[in-house]
Amino acid sequence: MKTEIKIPSMGESVVTVTIGSILCPGGAQVKADEEILEMETDKINQALNAPASGKLTLNVKQGDVVKIGQVVGSVDTESVGVAVEEKKEEKQQPKETKREEGVRKQPDEYLKETVKREERAVSQDGKETRKKMTKLRKIIADRLVQVKNETAMLTTFNEVDMSAVIALREKEQESFQKKYGVKLGFMSFFVKAVIGALREFPEINARIEGDEIVYHNYFDIGLAVGTDRGLMVPVIRGADQLSYAEIEKALKELAEKARNGTIAVSDLQGGTFTITNGGVYGSLLSTPILNPPQSGILGMHSIVKRPIAVGDQIALRPMMYLALSYDHRIVDGKEAISFLMHIKKSLEQCTTLS
Amino acid sequence: MYDLVVIGSGPGGYVAAIRAAQLGLKTACIEKETTLGGTCLNVGCIPSKALLSSSELYYKMQNDAKKHGIQCGEIRYEFSEMMKRKSEVVFGFTKGIEGLFKKNKVDWIKGNAKLTGEHQIDVNGQTIEAKYIILATGSEPIALPFMPFDEKRVLSSTGALALTQVPKSMLIVGAGVIGVELGSVYSRLGSKVEFIEFLDRICPAFDLALSKGLQKSLTSQGMIFHLSQKVVKADLGKQVVLTLESGSQMEADAALVAIGRRPYSQDLGLDALGIKKDPKGFVQIDASFRTSIPHIFAIGDLVEGPMLAHKASEEGVAVAELIAGHRPSIDYIAIPNVAYTHPEVASVGFTEEELKKKGIAYKAAQFPFKANSRARCTGDDEGFVKILAEVSTKKLLGVHILGPNASELIGEATVAIAARMKADELASTCHAHPTLSEAIKEAAMSLFGLPIHL
Repeated sequence: MKTEIKIPSMGESVVTVTIGSILCPGGAQVKADEEILEMETDKINQALNAPASGKLTLNVKQGDVVKIGQVVGSVDTESVGVAVEEKKEEKQQPKETKREEGVRKQPDEYLKETVKREERAVSQDGKETRKKMTKLRKIIADRLVQVKNETAMLTTFNEVDMSAVIALREKEQESFQKKYGVKLGFMSFFVKAVIGALREFPEINARIEGDEIVYHNYFDIGLAVGTDRGLMVPVIRGADQLSYAEIEKALKELAEKARNGTIAVSDLQGGTFTITNGGVYGSLLSTPILNPPQSGILGMHSIVKRPIAVGDQIALRPMMYLALSYDHRIVDGKEAISFLMHIKKSLEQCTTLS
Repeated sequence: MYDLVVIGSGPGGYVAAIRAAQLGLKTACIEKETTLGGTCLNVGCIPSKALLSSSELYYKMQNDAKKHGIQCGEIRYEFSEMMKRKSEVVFGFTKGIEGLFKKNKVDWIKGNAKLTGEHQIDVNGQTIEAKYIILATGSEPIALPFMPFDEKRVLSSTGALALTQVPKSMLIVGAGVIGVELGSVYSRLGSKVEFIEFLDRICPAFDLALSKGLQKSLTSQGMIFHLSQKVVKADLGKQVVLTLESGSQMEADAALVAIGRRPYSQDLGLDALGIKKDPKGFVQIDASFRTSIPHIFAIGDLVEGPMLAHKASEEGVAVAELIAGHRPSIDYIAIPNVAYTHPEVASVGFTEEELKKKGIAYKAAQFPFKANSRARCTGDDEGFVKILAEVSTKKLLGVHILGPNASELIGEATVAIAARMKADELASTCHAHPTLSEAIKEAAMSLFGLPIHL
């Protein structure tokens, strides 16, 4: 019996996937759940597993673009012995057996494999190294240029005095950790502040679709996480419904999944606004780029003690620059600036975790 | 009508027959000799290794036991007992294959095979029909035209494995793997062994560093090498007297001619069917072992490539699987080559000379067994591990070992090359301590860094 191999659903916005490396060639015997090929989307690479044990037939090759639900091959689950019985019919006309690629792989082919890589990688004089872009990198590159071309993106800045947040965090840390088993980080304060500001300025939590503006009446906040495989943006769903502890827990879980490669496409789909923290790498100030079709992204930066005027006194305060990149097509300057001011105030004035 | 008939029951043929039967093909195997197993089992790999082990044990008891504080008294050997043991080992294996044939329902057809049609084989007057045919008839020793084998004084490897007494002196024409193995046996048992080699080096299939190292070791064991010499005349009186091109003469009780083997492709009826052979007699095949007739395949010593039992077996399995509808593949870079001398020689991948000729950018590193703890413990510390890797990708290109248990150590290197590993991956793999295999790790470490124990 033949079991079809279908491209599984990978989240609502994924319509097509690109076939990456073929891990098991057609004709091979595979076991159920064995990884047979890699699927590449603009979010992540994911392995496709064999639906059953048996002989594999594939009708796609690396680089093919296929639709969700498309049948890309089958697994013949019948036993080897029976398969041979069937083939005996073909053997009656042995001359018609088709010629395969060849069984004998000569040593020079190994050399070609090995040396070809070298030629591609390093130029004659050794001054340049060339490498084929991965599918994921190529998609990222195209998407970034697309954002620049198709939106009216600009960035507004402000700064926030983190004294209140730091003080509150210090005060609550011990009991928070004891109670919830998770560290109270800065991120939950920012998620809370962002949600408050998004409620005030709904355009920043909206997207353009054709000639309509679609307002999101929910708050799915994407948080950028650096991993070995590149930047990933897992999404905390319904963040407005979550407590500080729930936000921290969700973030910890998603970041771990992103870093150890077990994150699913559905974890990365459909945020309404994004927060990115370049501060963890020491960035003082930078302009984040929009994550389409979102209309806003907040950039957090490093906390640095700086002298500022407090009343008529110069005081040393832990300061962080904030950057909001926004799509000027639907967000006006006044709203963007006010949005940042709103975040600034709520962070500077926070006194309780509620 | 059989699905498959295999002609020849050597390590290529019998393995192909069993695999085919396992995959559901109705299979027969034709063998002209009275026992199964071909050259390897009856007059090659197996009996020579049995004698190499016996003679090595004798040699070690004489020469090495004292170093370990063991006094042995008078040590004698009984050559007929050694030969009897060898025969028992061989007999056990031939019976073993018979058993495997029965278990897998492979029919053993006894007699000389000759192709009479594209699907017909004549075996002593009886016609066998087959949809597919695998030619696996192997090879036979090449004789010098002026001194045909009589297997008493002028020996082939077959005769050298069946002597009734140890000759006082033996001349060996050809210092290839077969020559140095059999020379080692008789040298250890007391023969004065001298080699006459046409090339300027011994064992040309190996990396030059191994050939040189081995020659040095064997010389220290008492064997004598005359390189770049050609035998032009033989006189057979009571003694064998060989005349070299230089004019000088050498004499001994027996002469072993080990100048190579040729494919056994005559008398099979190939020409009448239009199955093409090259001038040396190798059957010509395509990338999937097909002869000029697509359902007739040829494998092993009958086709080009190194004449190795394990190569033939791999090819036999691959063709059986191909016929059964699978898609096998043989990776010829990962086929090891071994000489069971002492120290042993083993090699996989390219030699340094091959890489130079091909213009490949490589790095080479060696690690001596003298710096390996296990080798020092056993007292058997001659030799070294040599590793070659591509410069920029660090991919392994060749691993060459001269030393104790090289034949077993090469397995690790073969897996590494088959898996397309890089030298630094081998270097960063943990090896048990103290083991000989640590020498491989250290050699790999030396390639792109520094070894610890040197």
